[in-house]
Amino acid sequence: MSKNLLKHIHPGTKYQELTPGGHIYGSGNSKDFLTGSWRTVTPRWDEGKCKQCLLCFPVCPDSSIPVRDGKRGDFDFDHCKGCGICARVCPFGAIEYQAGEEE
Amino acid sequence: MTYNLRDIAGRPERLAPGHRMCAGCGGAIAVRGVLRALQPGDKAVVTAATGCLEVSTCMYPHTAWEDSFIHNAFENAGATCSGVEAAYRAMKKKGRLAETYKFIAFGGDGGTYDIGFQSLSGAMERGTDMVYVCYDNEAYMNTGIQRSSATPRYADTTTTATGSESAGKVQFKKDLTRIMAEHHIPYVAQTTFTGNFRDLHEKAEKAIYTPGPAFLNVMAPCPRGWRYETPEIMQVCKAAVETCVWPLYEVIDGRWVLSYEPKQKLPVEEYLKLQGRFKHLLRPDNAALVAQIQADVDKRWQELLTLCGQN
Amino acid sequence: MPKQDRLSGNEAVAFALRQIDPDVIAAFPITPSTEIHQYVSLFKANGEMTTEFVTVESEHSAMSTCVGAQTAGVRAMTATSSCGLALMHEVLYIAASSRLPIVVAVVNRALSGPININNDHSDSMGSRDAGWIQLYSENAQEAYDNMLMAHRIAEHPDVCLPVMVCQDGFITSHAVENITLEDDAFVKAFVGEYRPAKYLLNPAEALSVGPYDFPAYYMEHKMLQTLAMERAEAVIEAVAADFGRATGRHYGLLEAYRMEDAELAVVLMSSSAGTGKVAVDRLRAQGKKAGLVKLRSFRPFPAAAVGKALAGVRAVGIMDKADSFSAFGGPLGAEVRAAMYEAGLRAKAANYVYGLGGRDVRVEDFYEVFAELEKATDGGKIPAHRYLGVRGLEGGAKQ
Repeated sequence: MSKNLLKHIHPGTKYQELTPGGHIYGSGNSKDFLTGSWRTVTPRWDEGKCKQCLLCFPVCPDSSIPVRDGKRGDFDFDHCKGCGICARVCPFGAIEYQAGEEE
Repeated sequence: MTYNLRDIAGRPERLAPGHRMCAGCGGAIAVRGVLRALQPGDKAVVTAATGCLEVSTCMYPHTAWEDSFIHNAFENAGATCSGVEAAYRAMKKKGRLAETYKFIAFGGDGGTYDIGFQSLSGAMERGTDMVYVCYDNEAYMNTGIQRSSATPRYADTTTTATGSESAGKVQFKKDLTRIMAEHHIPYVAQTTFTGNFRDLHEKAEKAIYTPGPAFLNVMAPCPRGWRYETPEIMQVCKAAVETCVWPLYEVIDGRWVLSYEPKQKLPVEEYLKLQGRFKHLLRPDNAALVAQIQADVDKRWQELLTLCGQN
Repeated sequence: MPKQDRLSGNEAVAFALRQIDPDVIAAFPITPSTEIHQYVSLFKANGEMTTEFVTVESEHSAMSTCVGAQTAGVRAMTATSSCGLALMHEVLYIAASSRLPIVVAVVNRALSGPININNDHSDSMGSRDAGWIQLYSENAQEAYDNMLMAHRIAEHPDVCLPVMVCQDGFITSHAVENITLEDDAFVKAFVGEYRPAKYLLNPAEALSVGPYDFPAYYMEHKMLQTLAMERAEAVIEAVAADFGRATGRHYGLLEAYRMEDAELAVVLMSSSAGTGKVAVDRLRAQGKKAGLVKLRSFRPFPAAAVGKALAGVRAVGIMDKADSFSAFGGPLGAEVRAAMYEAGLRAKAANYVYGLGGRDVRVEDFYEVFAELEKATDGGKIPAHRYLGVRGLEGGAKQ
């Protein structure tokens, strides 16, 4: 799993603490940037209606539909931007969008 | 091995969330899909041309890439990837690296069809063991929707504005996939997002694991530039395929193979009507322009059928 | 054991490349550096080099390939001139700001237009703000020696900046001279291995390079970069000291020729120093207190060393083989004057733009300069800057 090696860096950081060349060490620390705040509509996953076909999984631009042991779980609301593609492709009406940013 | 979405979905995610692509971005969907084709034990170095993808996935101090990533400039993804791959060969030769790495370059149509074309052509011609993936959103989107040679005829962009004196882009779309096939490289394919993503996955897998240079052209719609509501992306891709505006095919060692032939080829209006960038074409007085587009789609489709031995 | 041979500047650089045997060489031809790549190709073809020789389709791609390879974790090099260097321009900045210790052989040739294949410094001067260390070589020996020292400078942990080793196109690149070559074992040991801490092909830790920098970060990254260039001065001298101890050939940031009691001096770079030294010797024989300062390092600009070298001088002729078109002379003129001002020197200074597009530089041209400097010390008025050796100018060309 990736860890954020640059956690100490923010716009107030002194030059001595920045990484030479603007290099970013490690992997995937964008997880720390919570794009969930972008939402104006929020998906609701109806686990009962969900047939676990996983057709929603590949259409998410934000890797916000976790799949573990062949099954999807609830949305990653820290990062879901509310684009609505998943609801549109779900053949079983198991995803509905509601106004607002709240989970 | 038969495609199984459930199995593939279990692979580790290689594009982390928290990147700043627009909500509903086709480019991000394309990248996730391509990277899923990597074997979980294989590592990759991703090269990206300047553009939406690069700037949104790597903003200091954050990176959305789980693999190593390099962005150099706008027009040199091909050459940069070629350099990384040369380094790999050098390290392997000297016994400095045990792991297997794959080299994947991503460029938008700007960095691929236009300013990056020379660099792409050179990298492919030199036989670099890499795959170049174009996420084709048919305009320079990152700078705000300017025309590229990948923009379709009569599309409205900010540099092919429609108005009383103009119906949009004058030129037809350049056929880059065919140009890359003429480089006589081992694998070339054209794909987009379909149902369970089998087409994209299998082609990405072949592109990555065929030794030598490979080119993958992925139509990746952009809700901002194409002007459709973000949830509709799969409908837009489906219409592109069913109207034969964006045929799905492969060129495997020079053998042209059609991936899909619609049972009923839809008229091009079915595709145009879904997007605001073509809205002016729906006016009755522009029917002749639509006919021109239809004629071009038909001509290219017939040429493709001939190449694939289906005529 | 070192050996004596007779090589041209291009041959000497190619010889050095063979001994260094970098992991990757990206190659695109342009006169007069083309031969270097041709020699590498032959060396490779005969099994004398293990380098991955990547024949790219433009110089922009040559530098891009070097950036990719060096970031990936190996040594990458190329050679170019003139428009080739100009075509790489944006990537040069990226190489330096990404802190990649790429080494490039630049065989100086005039920038177009009009198109001209002969020597001047407009190409490397055009890239002087890109953040690269720039070393200028007077002759084939210096080109060879600078090439051997370049990686130790570039890869030093205090530096991590790319280096251009420059020599004059045709004048030294294609002229054969006596040269001392070190043996392969010495070069391998002196140059050492490249072992970066952070690189793309590191299975233990991924690396992302080339991010977007918000305004909040860009300037701090540049601060780190500029400090590296400042530290490069000491590293250039330290590496030269090591080299001198090992080979007996001593270098510094500059060479001060007969400057101990000089009253009239010229400041210049590269091959014309040879001609200049002949003029200085002859003037000295006439009793004139003439001297010459030849910069080896132009970037970093050795301001303190220049100020020190010119301390006792009464008139300085700063000679530029490139015009900045600032309407106030060339780049060396501007920077040497700044160094003099900083050192509190108020000697008369005149800037001469000379030798453009391969214009021959003669001992007589130096006489013209020193005569003018002498006039200045006698209270005469001389132009702050002018071209030297142009037909139609007062004083005329010496053709």
